[in-house]
Amino acid sequence: MNHLLRQLAPISEASWELLDEEARERLRGPLAARRLVDFAGPLGWEHSATNLGRVEEVAAPNGGGVSALRRRVLPLVELRADFSISLAELRDGDRGAVDVELAPLDGAAKQIAICENVAVFHGWEGAGIAGVAEASPIGAEPLGASAEEYPRSVARAVEAVRQGGVEGPYGLALGPDEYTRVIETAEHGGYPLRDHLAKILEGGPIVWAPGVTGGVVISLRGGDFLFESGQDLSIGYSHHEAEAVHLYLEESFSFIVATPEAAAPLS
Amino acid sequence: MGFDQYHEPPEELSAETRSFARICASLEEECQAIGWYQQRLAVEPDSEARAIMEDAQGEEFKHFAMNLEYLLRRTPRWRAIAEGVLFQEGDVVEHGEAAEAASEGEDDDSGEAVGAADGSLGIGSLRGEQQ
Repeated sequence: MNHLLRQLAPISEASWELLDEEARERLRGPLAARRLVDFAGPLGWEHSATNLGRVEEVAAPNGGGVSALRRRVLPLVELRADFSISLAELRDGDRGAVDVELAPLDGAAKQIAICENVAVFHGWEGAGIAGVAEASPIGAEPLGASAEEYPRSVARAVEAVRQGGVEGPYGLALGPDEYTRVIETAEHGGYPLRDHLAKILEGGPIVWAPGVTGGVVISLRGGDFLFESGQDLSIGYSHHEAEAVHLYLEESFSFIVATPEAAAPLS
Repeated sequence: MGFDQYHEPPEELSAETRSFARICASLEEECQAIGWYQQRLAVEPDSEARAIMEDAQGEEFKHFAMNLEYLLRRTPRWRAIAEGVLFQEGDVVEHGEAAEAASEGEDDDSGEAVGAADGSLGIGSLRGEQQ
């Protein structure tokens, strides 16, 4: 048994499968960052820091002509979203019910996915994580008030990244409102805006990214944005009482922007 | 073209189990190649030819290790037993028996590869997946 303590939960194997499958389904959609940045790991719950290959000076303990350096690392952060599930609902699931109430799990999945997206795209100062959009030296390109203006803005952002010597293909992360406008819009002649944007991106994906404000164009050539997973998203057991079992979604990770100019923000 | 890696009708198997079976077949082939190179090296007198064979066998070592890791990541009980046996000093059989006993309850018996060995949801990278 590992730190998730799953075997201590008073629920059946079938219920665990139901919960895990529901969590996978609910997480895969909104986990936008994992569609666009490099993913390493999972390296395990014990993995605590990412090597930055950098050092900083530190005074030697007693001088005497000895110099000293301290290695710099980026500690992993842990995200956890608690939720509770009715034991009666899970027992009905064991009986074959197909409409088991799992809304608390769905809500926790949405929240932790948004947290991950925000950390990657907009940064997390308290955790020492610089976001893709905030780290970019390229000024934010306004997307425009209407979706018809998006192709010009995205083309400018792609060109700015290309001018920096960063090749494509490129991906586009869009906040929910902007994404909805794209899929709803057909340009003059009925040509879908989504297809037009895909051509500008050299075939790269357009990703629905809850938690993102505006959008981000990002190179997919690899090696520029590094998401390092310690414990990948997991469901663990906290405690239970007669009516409900209290569980949580959890992960640990770090994120490094290696090439800030490989992305351009859209406001 | 044959599909010898399947022991059951492929259409009745999940995509995960078909991938698992393909990697199992690949693991067998890499192991077989390692054995062949070992025999060739035992009888080859030409040093240049031996160097090539040693290099090729090194490739097979790598391929074998990658295939094995793929399989272990998807079968918690296999991984638990392997962790108790591999790279351990002492009696191999004793370690094997102890690891097998300790692994009880580490895995389900469905034969379906589900989730990841660390208890996570096994989501990982989503690059290239349809949203």
